[in-house]
Amino acid sequence: MLFKALGKIAQTCVVLFVVSVASFGLLKLAPGDPIQIMLGSEYSQESYDSLRSELGLDQPFLVQYADWAIQFVQGNWGTSYVARAEIFTYAFKEALPVTLTLASFSLVFAILVGVPLGVLSAIKKDTIFDAGSAVLALTGTAFPSFLLGILLIWFFAVKLQLFPVMGYVSPWENFWLGIYHMILPGLTLSTYFIAMITRLTRATLIEVLEQPYIAAARARGEPNWRVVWVHGVRNIAMPLVTILGLQLGVLLQGTVLTETVFNLPGVGQMLTSAVLGREYLVVQAGVMMTAVLFIGVNLLVDLSYPFLDPRLRTSK
Amino acid sequence: MSVQMTKGVAAAPIAATPSPSAKSRRSVFIRRPFFTAALLVAVAYVLAAIFAPHVAPFDPVKQDFNVMMKAPSVVHWMGTDSYGQDILSRVIFGARYALIIGIFSVMIGAVGGLVIGLAAGLSGGWAEWGLMRLIDAILALPSLILAVAFIAILGQGVDKVVIAVGLSMIGPFARTVRSDVMQVRVQLFIEAAQLMSISYLRVVVRHVLPNVIFPLAVQVTIRVSEAILVSSSLSFLGIGVTPPTPDWGLMISEGRDFVSFAPWMSAMPGFALALLLIALSIVGDGVREEFDPKLGKES
Repeated sequence: MLFKALGKIAQTCVVLFVVSVASFGLLKLAPGDPIQIMLGSEYSQESYDSLRSELGLDQPFLVQYADWAIQFVQGNWGTSYVARAEIFTYAFKEALPVTLTLASFSLVFAILVGVPLGVLSAIKKDTIFDAGSAVLALTGTAFPSFLLGILLIWFFAVKLQLFPVMGYVSPWENFWLGIYHMILPGLTLSTYFIAMITRLTRATLIEVLEQPYIAAARARGEPNWRVVWVHGVRNIAMPLVTILGLQLGVLLQGTVLTETVFNLPGVGQMLTSAVLGREYLVVQAGVMMTAVLFIGVNLLVDLSYPFLDPRLRTSK
Repeated sequence: MSVQMTKGVAAAPIAATPSPSAKSRRSVFIRRPFFTAALLVAVAYVLAAIFAPHVAPFDPVKQDFNVMMKAPSVVHWMGTDSYGQDILSRVIFGARYALIIGIFSVMIGAVGGLVIGLAAGLSGGWAEWGLMRLIDAILALPSLILAVAFIAILGQGVDKVVIAVGLSMIGPFARTVRSDVMQVRVQLFIEAAQLMSISYLRVVVRHVLPNVIFPLAVQVTIRVSEAILVSSSLSFLGIGVTPPTPDWGLMISEGRDFVSFAPWMSAMPGFALALLLIALSIVGDGVREEFDPKLGKES
């Protein structure tokens, strides 16, 4: 088991390496000569050459990559001219926490709503309730999140004036106000996941409930709620964690859109304004953070299987 | 459920139907009413896109400052936007952009995925391992973020969006093609062909490729809706298609600032997009359940 885990970690490191080379290449592919931009319209060939060697741009690609990678790991990500800040502070310390807060809030909400809904539709299989939740699930997975966000703003913030239209308050500083500001964005982002989790829970639970150990539990005379919620639901943890790990990408791209709809200062807004301002260093930072997050979480998912399923603990 | 259905069809009197192919084709539409309805909706969008100049009541980019932000009425069925442009006409022309961008970018993704997936599935050894890590690396970025990165390099515009979205979809295609190749590679008929000393290239083109193309085509129909969603998301973020192109994502984004007093500006193109996406995902599910060999074995 330990050997397997080490293999997984090594494989993940290779993927990280490929991603980092690609996002370094992003800078090289970006249009415009950085030296020309720095020097302005009038410059001599000598100053061009000296700045070029000063920045290390006359070095081979691999040397430039190594330099960049060392700087990046140390947190020297360059300076953003639009945000007038160090990119590391701007992207990692300011934007990323907003995105992570929104994403985790939505995910917890989606699990709290989606799993019970899925369990209910599995128990009440082939009833009107089941059909209704199937229609909701289908609509929820296909409905564009940014449209849903605008509709929620229109209904709850403009018509009913129950919630703020937009803006961000950090729940770490002011918990209840933060949660209050997070409700509409969280609802927008979690709809897809509620739908997906409902479908998945239903499908898995129906299969699980046909297993012999469920029949055995019933035969022992255990109450129905215990059979379903303890023996049944415990066994949907593994497929659920797998799918959530793989769907993390959807969650991250959902936050990009949701942040734009609700004007939250997260990674999504950072990326959009960086593209418009042609700040390739910021785009690179955003791409790297997203990829590292996705790769890291999926490694954790892979490594968590032995804890979720005792059958996998035997090392072979 | 589908097993019972096929049994029912098989038990039906054969004499009543003229030919077996006509019978099975008709039965799909009767068996799957949701699929049929969704297909009709999708076809309606395609027709609206093709005949947009004949169907649209107004010029989609004609600005009229006398009728700015008018609510839906008899003249302007979906109202007008902040430039006095007719929203219905813009929605109809928007179907053109959505479908063109969706279809072409999926094609780019499918071709790119086919090349990488074939290479990964056939090469074996270290080359395969390396290609798989490359695919993992592409898949580590969600398609929207990848498309944003490509847009950063390419710039904005319809053609750039097609390329960016297409490139961002290569990863999932490559993965499915590779797993199909892996399954075909060990089949007896491949071994037989190789024993008959048919050239390697010919085995790949004549025997491997046909078995990979069909599942790929199924994937293409499923992923058109994803391509449309990503491209309209780019436009919604303001970094995709440029104004005054009648693109749905762009129209939703423009209407966002006026949501308190002219909600139809965002809602109308938004519902057009949502309806198309829901219809396409039902069609995609239907196609997958009917044609996917992996699902077919189970049921």
